[in-house]
Amino acid sequence: VTQTTTTTQSVVGLEIHAQIHSNTKLFSGSRVGFQAPPNSLVSFFDASLPGTLPVLNRRCVEAAVMTGLALNCTINRKSLFDRKHYFYADLPAGYQITQQRLPIAVDGTLTYSHLGGRKRNEVVTKSVRIKQIQLEQDSGKSLHNDYRNQTLIDLNRAGVGLMELVMEPDMSCGEEAAAAVREMQLILQALGTCQGNMAEGQLRVDANVSIHRPGDHWGIRTEVKNINSARNLARAIDYEIQRQMFVLESGGTVQNETRSFDGKTGHTIPMRDKEGLQDYRFMPEPNLPPLMVYEACSTAPPGVAPSQVVVLEEVRERLPELPSVRRQRLVETYGILPEHSFTLVNEDGLMDYFEAVVRETKAGPRKVIGWVMNELQGLLHQQNLSVSQSPISPQALAQILNLQENGQISSSIAKQVFQELWKTPGKTAQQIVKEQDLGMVNDSTEIYRICQKVVDSHPDQVQAIRSGNKKVLNKLMGLVQKETKGRADPVLVRAILEQKTS
Amino acid sequence: MYVVVNYTRRLQTLAFNLGPSRYQGVTRASITSQDRKSKQNLSCFRWTHLITLVHQYSTRISNSKPCQVPVDLVDKLERLALVDFRNQEGLACLEKAIRFADQLHVVDTDGVDPMDSVLEERALYLREDAVAEGDCAEELLQLSKNTVEEYFVAPPGNIPLPKREERAAMFKHAEF
Repeated sequence: VTQTTTTTQSVVGLEIHAQIHSNTKLFSGSRVGFQAPPNSLVSFFDASLPGTLPVLNRRCVEAAVMTGLALNCTINRKSLFDRKHYFYADLPAGYQITQQRLPIAVDGTLTYSHLGGRKRNEVVTKSVRIKQIQLEQDSGKSLHNDYRNQTLIDLNRAGVGLMELVMEPDMSCGEEAAAAVREMQLILQALGTCQGNMAEGQLRVDANVSIHRPGDHWGIRTEVKNINSARNLARAIDYEIQRQMFVLESGGTVQNETRSFDGKTGHTIPMRDKEGLQDYRFMPEPNLPPLMVYEACSTAPPGVAPSQVVVLEEVRERLPELPSVRRQRLVETYGILPEHSFTLVNEDGLMDYFEAVVRETKAGPRKVIGWVMNELQGLLHQQNLSVSQSPISPQALAQILNLQENGQISSSIAKQVFQELWKTPGKTAQQIVKEQDLGMVNDSTEIYRICQKVVDSHPDQVQAIRSGNKKVLNKLMGLVQKETKGRADPVLVRAILEQKTS
Repeated sequence: MYVVVNYTRRLQTLAFNLGPSRYQGVTRASITSQDRKSKQNLSCFRWTHLITLVHQYSTRISNSKPCQVPVDLVDKLERLALVDFRNQEGLACLEKAIRFADQLHVVDTDGVDPMDSVLEERALYLREDAVAEGDCAEELLQLSKNTVEEYFVAPPGNIPLPKREERAAMFKHAEF
C-alpha cells in the first residue's frame, strides 16, 4: 500500500545495524555471545582500560566485504577508521570507533519484492540504493532500574562488530520497508555474515520518516527507534506517517526529533535525554592505519602472509547462492509460480520442507506446492506455528500423497487424513486410513448403486440438470460422497451421474 | 600546560582559514618543510579537536584581531568535552593555545594530500578470529566503586551539565 495520495507523499529511509556473526569482537579477542553472565565476555580493551589498543578482526573485514559484494557495492580498496565522541555509560571509552570519512563499501543496491496487487499474489519488485556499509563497534547494554534510580551496565556487547548499512530514502511506506528488511535478513543469513534475528538485537533497524506535498521540498524528518521485528517496522512507519499528516493538517509543524516505538500501543513517543543536535567531534582513529583490501592475489603486496591480506577475488568465489537466485532456481526446477517461490524462500524452513516432500513422493511438484501453500500453511498460521514445529513431517505428507497417487484414497479423504494426522502425529497415514476405513471404494457396482439411489430420490434436481443447469450436478455428487463418506473416486462418480442425468 | 602542535595536515585543512597576514611575528622562513616532517613532538593534549571546532566558528572574526572565543561556544565546548574552563584565566589560556596552533596555517600545503598519522603507511595487522581474552568479570568489577550483582552501576541517563550560573555558584569556594 503506497502512501502517495494527491496531497501527501511520504519518504522513508532506513539505517540498519547488523551484528557481525564472528567468534570474537571487532577490535578484541573476547567472545561474542548472547545471554552470558554479565561482564564475563569483556576484555581490558572492551572495558576501555588505559594502555589498551584496538586490533582488527580479519573475519569482520571479510564479512563486510562479502556483504558489500552481495549488495553490488563498490568496495573501497582503502578505508579509514574514525572516532565518534559522545558520553554515555554504556560507551566506556567515551567514543565509538567507526568509519565516517571513508567506509569499506559504497553505492550498492538492494532489490526486494513483496506480494502486492489486489489479491496480494503478484510479486512486485523494487529496489533501494545502499549509500554505504561501514564497520563499527557496538556499545554495551544498559538496564534501567527506575526503582533505585540506577542504571546497570553490562559490557558483554561492547566492542562487538557491527555493519552499519545506510540506505537512501527510496521507500515510501511501512510495507516496502518491511519487505526490504526481510530481504536483507535473508541475504545476510545466506551469506552467514549476520544471523539477522531482530528480536535478539542481531539486526537493528531505525527508520527516518518525513512527508511533503508533491513538488515541494522534502519535509522535516523524524527518527524512529526501538523496533524489534519487520512487522513492527511497518506498523511504526505507517503510524509515524499518519501522525505527521495529522500534525500538519492541524496547522502544526513536525519537529526534527527521535521517537521511540511502543509495540503495545503501536504509537511513537518522543524520546527524552536528547540534548538537541549532537556534535560528535569526529577525528581519525590514531591507533589504526588505513584498511587495505586487494583485488587479486597478484595485486597484493609481495612477501606478505596470506592471513594478512583480504583479497576480493577469493571472497567473491565464496559467495553462496543468494535468495533471489534461489527463487529463480525453484521456479525453473519445479515449474512453480513466482509467488509460490517467493513464499517458499520467505518462510524459514518452508523451502527445505517442500523439497523434501517432492523427493519422497511420486506426486508432481505442482501438486505438492498446493498442499504446502494451502493445507500446511493454513494450519501453521491458524495455530501460530513455525515450519519446524509442524507435527507432520515432510515424509508423513509424502506418504499421504503417495496413497492418493496410488488410488488408495480420494483427494477429499487425503485432506481429511492430513487433518487427522495433525492431531495424532504418532500414527502413520496408513494406520488412520485403516482404522477409520477411509480406503477408496473401488467396487463400481456399489458406486453405481449409490448413484442410482441418489438420482432416484432427487427427481427435481435431475430435471434441472436435464434442462441445462449443470451446476446442480455438484449437489448430487455431494450427496453421493456423503453416502460413501467421501471414499468414492470423484471422477468415476461424476461420469456415472452425468451418464444417468443425460 | 602544553598545546599540541600536531603535525596533521588534515587539521589544517579543516580548521585554519585565517590569512597569514595575522602572523606578523612569525616569518615563513622559520617554518620550513624540514620542520613539518620533523619528529619533534610536544606532548599531546585533547584540546586538539576543540581547537578544530573553535576555528570553524572563528572564520567570521576579523583577521586582524586576536581570536576571541564567544561565550556560547565555550559553553558548548564544556558540555561536549566535559572540560571546565573555570574562569577568565582558563579562557585566556585557551585563546593563547589557539593562536600558537595557528602557526600551522603559515605552511603552504597546496596540492598536498592530508596525512592522518606518521604511521599511516604501515600495514594494518589483521587478527585471527579466535577467542583469546575475556572471562575476567571479577577483576574488572573490582575496579569500580559501585557494582550490583556483576553489573557496573551508573546514574540513570546523562545528567545534564548545570547551567553556567549554577556552575559558578558550585565552584565559588573551589580551590583554584
